Amino acid sequence: MSENLFRTIIMRPIDNVAVALQDIPAGTQIEVTFSKKESTMIKIKEAITFGHKFAVRRIMKGTEIKKYGEVIGKALRDIGEGEHVHVHNLEGTRGRGDKVGTD
Amino acid sequence: MTKLVQIEEGKFLGYRRPDGKVGVRNHVLILPTITCATQTAKQITELVHGTVSFIHQHGCAQVGIDYEQTFRTYVGMGKNPNVYGVVVLGLGCETHQAKSVAAEIAKSGKPVITVSIQDYGGTLTSIAEGAKAATKLVQEASAQMKEWCDFSELIIGTECGGSDACSGLSANPAVGAVSDMIVENGGTSILAETTELIGAEHLLANRAKNDKVSKRVYEVITAMENRSIHMGVDIRTGNPSPGNIEGGLSSLEEKSLGAANKAGKSPLNEIIDYAEEPNEKGLVWMDTPGHDIEQLTGMVAGGAQVVLFTSGRGTPTGSPIAPVIKISTNTGMFDRMSENMDLNAGTIIEGKETVEEVGKRIFDEIGLVSSGKLTKAEILKQHDFGIWRIGPTF
Repeated sequence: MSENLFRTIIMRPIDNVAVALQDIPAGTQIEVTFSKKESTMIKIKEAITFGHKFAVRRIMKGTEIKKYGEVIGKALRDIGEGEHVHVHNLEGTRGRGDKVGTD
Repeated sequence: MTKLVQIEEGKFLGYRRPDGKVGVRNHVLILPTITCATQTAKQITELVHGTVSFIHQHGCAQVGIDYEQTFRTYVGMGKNPNVYGVVVLGLGCETHQAKSVAAEIAKSGKPVITVSIQDYGGTLTSIAEGAKAATKLVQEASAQMKEWCDFSELIIGTECGGSDACSGLSANPAVGAVSDMIVENGGTSILAETTELIGAEHLLANRAKNDKVSKRVYEVITAMENRSIHMGVDIRTGNPSPGNIEGGLSSLEEKSLGAANKAGKSPLNEIIDYAEEPNEKGLVWMDTPGHDIEQLTGMVAGGAQVVLFTSGRGTPTGSPIAPVIKISTNTGMFDRMSENMDLNAGTIIEGKETVEEVGKRIFDEIGLVSSGKLTKAEILKQHDFGIWRIGPTF
């Protein structure tokens, strides 16, 4: 299957997630473009719905997840390249009144 | 499509008010200052063509800064230049006295008439007296000639609601481009929804006009974030919403970084309180919650004549007195909810248009809408209103 069939976007080269601009089935090999010079082939591990994110490189548990070149949260567990990144494995760090006194 | 009038870029046909400000609509507002008067106000609007009102649950047993915020919101709705004249309708015994609200609105020089249900002898008499007063105002308003005005006289509110992962890629950057164009034309653009700027505050602080504004950015963000921390709750139980999450947004920070795009690249000149009128032109930030209707109400009460509202999930939201131009972030939703959406920015996602091209389309639409073209929310009588309460009721 041609990688050109599936459109994705990465906002800044330092980001470790990209956004699917259409539904991508599991197992698809896609090309993600970081910049005019740099792109990489990634195997999508699980189905990614339009608008959802996937990891463009391995993200270790507890490290920052970046989109727009900015921090959008931390990894709750190790996330492999091509895995879906969402509320199940990404945790917001702001406005966490539930964590007061436990950190 | 038939065009009523050729609009020159950056100009519109508006209504000049006694205080020099310009309205893009010529409404007669029936303004209930207390929840007990809202049904009577609604009945007056059903009798008299050209009148609008809104339902709410405020106006009594409120104290301190919460009293002041509600009072400021009522006055701001009446003073908004889209309103020709106002019938202020009170019950009589409430904390937010109709005559006090009316006196503040009257300072703008526009006609204001007060009706009190207890003083006038009840519901039926108040409907009759309110309707008589409104009839006179509507006829006067209908005789007012429009005049050519400049975009420098516009205050544009910007808002995103029902965001998805495309919001930060298409519609919000396009609104950012429009915001910059409004600022370049000497107008005012309001950025709001403080909740949805948590995580993006450093980007805005860096663009602050001076240190005072930069410091204030962190103060309003900290105050908003502390509300959830003091309650001992995870802010994500309210924001991002279930629809945002289904759309692909995973955290409040991610939503905020997309939402901040609405502010374009202009310097941040001022931070104002909820429902407060901007003192500066250019880009200003109004401290509001992320709740769509409360934010919209705050910006309109602050004097916004037109609101740009982006949505990924789709929303019917509108204001009783200000046109709200609804812009979809993706083509799928635009096609699905065409009865509510005015413009589509999904073309950016598809690679068919650039952010600047969509921005220019929105800019031109502002000229048409400000000259009288109705938005979908206006046609559907979507008269939403809600005040951000910051204190308990007593």
